[in-house]
Amino acid sequence: MSLTAQQAAVPPVSVAPVLEGRGLTKYFSVKHGRGIFPGTARLFAVDDVTIALAAGTVTALVGESGSGKTTVARMLAKIINPDGGAVLLDGKPVPHGRPRSYARQVQMVFQDPFASLNPIHRISYNLVRPLTIHHLGGDDLNEAVEELLRRVALEPPQQYTRKFPHELSGGQRQRVAIARALSVRPRVLLADEPVSMLDVSIRLGILNLLADLRDRDHLAILYVTHDIASARYLADTIVVMYAGQVVETAPSERLTDHPAHPYTQLLLSAAPDPDRAEPPSLAGSGAPPSLITPPSGCRFHPRCPHAMAICSTTAPPSVTVGPGHASNCWLHVDESRRVPDHPDVVAAKASSTSLRPPAAPPPIGTTQMRRTEEDRSME
Amino acid sequence: MSEMSPPALAPRTPTHSSTREAEPVLEIRGLNVDYGFGTEAVHAVVDCDLVLRRGQVLGLAGESGSGKSTLSMAAIRLLRSPGVITGGEVLFHPRPVEGDSSDPTIDLLRADEAELRRVRWSEISVVFQSALNALNPVITIGAQFDDLLKVHRPHLSSSERWDRGVELLEMVGMTGDRLRSYSHELSGGMRQRAMIAMALALEPQVMILDEPTTALDVVTQREILEELMGLRDRLGFAALFITHDLSLLVELADEIVVMYAGRLMERAPAASLFRAPRVPYTYGLLHCFPPMHGERKPMEGIPGSPPDLRALPSGCSFHPRCPWAMERCRKETPVLTRLDASGREAACWLHSGGATVPAELAMVDPGDRGPSAATRRVAR
Ligand SMILES: Nc1ncnc2c1ncn2[C@@H]1O[C@H](COP(=O)(O)OP(=O)(O)OP(=O)(O)O)[C@@H](O)[C@H]1O
Ligand SMILES: Nc1ncnc2c1ncn2[C@@H]1O[C@H](COP(=O)(O)OP(=O)(O)OP(=O)(O)O)[C@@H](O)[C@H]1O
Ligand code: SF4
Ligand SMILES: [Mg+2]
Ligand SMILES: [Mg+2]
Repeated sequence: MSLTAQQAAVPPVSVAPVLEGRGLTKYFSVKHGRGIFPGTARLFAVDDVTIALAAGTVTALVGESGSGKTTVARMLAKIINPDGGAVLLDGKPVPHGRPRSYARQVQMVFQDPFASLNPIHRISYNLVRPLTIHHLGGDDLNEAVEELLRRVALEPPQQYTRKFPHELSGGQRQRVAIARALSVRPRVLLADEPVSMLDVSIRLGILNLLADLRDRDHLAILYVTHDIASARYLADTIVVMYAGQVVETAPSERLTDHPAHPYTQLLLSAAPDPDRAEPPSLAGSGAPPSLITPPSGCRFHPRCPHAMAICSTTAPPSVTVGPGHASNCWLHVDESRRVPDHPDVVAAKASSTSLRPPAAPPPIGTTQMRRTEEDRSME
Repeated sequence: MSEMSPPALAPRTPTHSSTREAEPVLEIRGLNVDYGFGTEAVHAVVDCDLVLRRGQVLGLAGESGSGKSTLSMAAIRLLRSPGVITGGEVLFHPRPVEGDSSDPTIDLLRADEAELRRVRWSEISVVFQSALNALNPVITIGAQFDDLLKVHRPHLSSSERWDRGVELLEMVGMTGDRLRSYSHELSGGMRQRAMIAMALALEPQVMILDEPTTALDVVTQREILEELMGLRDRLGFAALFITHDLSLLVELADEIVVMYAGRLMERAPAASLFRAPRVPYTYGLLHCFPPMHGERKPMEGIPGSPPDLRALPSGCSFHPRCPWAMERCRKETPVLTRLDASGREAACWLHSGGATVPAELAMVDPGDRGPSAATRRVAR
């Protein structure tokens, strides 16, 4: 067990990040409208997201369904290329594409462990494959495989090597998927909802394993989840996304105990919490906005109980509200400085975003997407 | 069949502060369900007893595959093949009709199709786990309300049926114009709301809600639950609420039953179950949900994984994962037994035959002193 009291108490130190996304932006072309001639429209899945992952820390990315979490993780893994912004490894921009040297350092773990394990091959083969691709096995491949299984607490390892993925429980499969990601000795692990498909009683086992990898092996970990309670449990820092943008970043406990952004407050007011003394009253209402025609100004303003005039015209700046704590909201800005953008500026901004040329051909379909994921995570 | 009443029904009596005394509306006794036959049969539900009382929210918690859906679908005879009910009875007690002293109780497991049709939807309605597929995709929401009301409320005119549809959608926080929508034009949350409206259409006495909000975002989930609980307070139906999210149930239910590998493990008022679980599995399950407040502490979850029903451990199915398992647990299967005067029940050998109860399972029961979720709601 590794989420030591010390780990939980010490706020994350600001060390140079291993992996960083700066101003990441991604849009998809989607069918829009109805009738026989639906047009295509641009959907801003991720818009100007900056996120940094440091060695020996877990950063959680939380937000509602469709807020862009997976898209951010995929851009960081270089499974898809951003349309704007850059991915930096050790402070150096990574070129387009996904060089093998990058795959060795940055690995992704998916929600569905089946997606990354080859069902027709035994566990041993699934683990040996990346070792041989990357020439990492050393003299004794069997020993290397057993060592990997031990690292994810599948013991004794001999009991698992000869099995097929379908012969394992969901939790065991996810452990193998993590072992497979670890086989290339990465420095960064990007885990997209690694426990959402697992039984409730075995989720903590996987989260604790991730905590171990952080503490023992000093991995930089991104934990993508919609479960803010588990993010609080595991992560050092929580980053909250809303409608494709980051709205708040803070040390975990600070974020859940003192949320600064109205959306984070809404999220927390809605989360199940048996310890609540009072019945919850939702801090806001309504549904998440369209990403094709996102609201002007602050994207949360149509649902925000505190929205002011400026909120609907001008996007709020990122404001530091405490140590390691930033929130994008006009409430934190001194009243005298809440100056709306000039209408011309608003119009210019709107047209500039909609005119940005695509930097890469748009992805074609999800099935194709998935295959690419598997193929690439192999290399 | 009861006549249509105006939307605001008789105010419900606040029975749930003393739910134990409210009269039963649905009683499941000794229910057994298998999938398949003979030696191939998998026992998905074994000897389950449940009592749902008028106006009560009864939570049924358990992990994936524990048999929650099977139990509830069998109870209203909507089980799909190869599921077979191999024993038990399910007694539905309709509201007594004035001037009629005969016992109106129906055993749903022995009722014929005509009787079942009379009870389903009008008296007992269901919101299915996969509500996204439960709506008919080729006709509008309005047409689906219309079909339902035409059959069950034949005296209503076409425009009255439409008005009733509008009223129902508004009840669940949607606008009436949505009657003209097809289900694929609605978001997941709206489809779920439409399903709930449909389940409410005939003012049933019992609603079975099988994971009604699991696929939704927390904010949408909370909105729908608030609406649902408000409606429960107003309309007075009883609800069997099924979910794997025990932390949610604690907030929502009056009483909670915990299921594991086809059997009921523990039954207690929500606050008691949360503060003072008596069964190791419940204890473990409660420690699977990291808290939102307080110091962060390492938590372990439950070792091992849920069992395969085709190869269940002997004795207590939980024993391989139980930190307190004794010799007896490996051999004999405990049954749900009343613990003390409080009326709570547990299926665990630690509570019988002079075994030493570990401190973790002997915490003080807040009992009736702590306000239940329901009384807190009413106080609001
Ligand atoms: N390949 C794609 N083509 C078109 N739209 C896409 C594609 N991938 C994602 N999107 C859209 O981009 C937005 C962000 O999606 P993303 O999967 O990143 O969200 P998420 O936060 O991971 O959501 P969830 O919690 O549901 O996994 C969504 O509106 C989604 O529909
Ligand atoms: N058609 C079927 N044939 C064989 N076994 C089945 C069938 N349907 C369900 N089962 C088995 O019966 C058990 C109970 O299933 P059930 O769907 O009732 O569980 P549940 O508690 O509702 O789970 P969940 O939380 O995943 O909805 C499971 O172990 C499942 O594998
Ligand atoms: S900027 Fe305005 S609308 Fe956005 S969250 Fe802050 S107060 Fe609400
Ligand atoms: Mg996702
Ligand atoms: Mg189910």
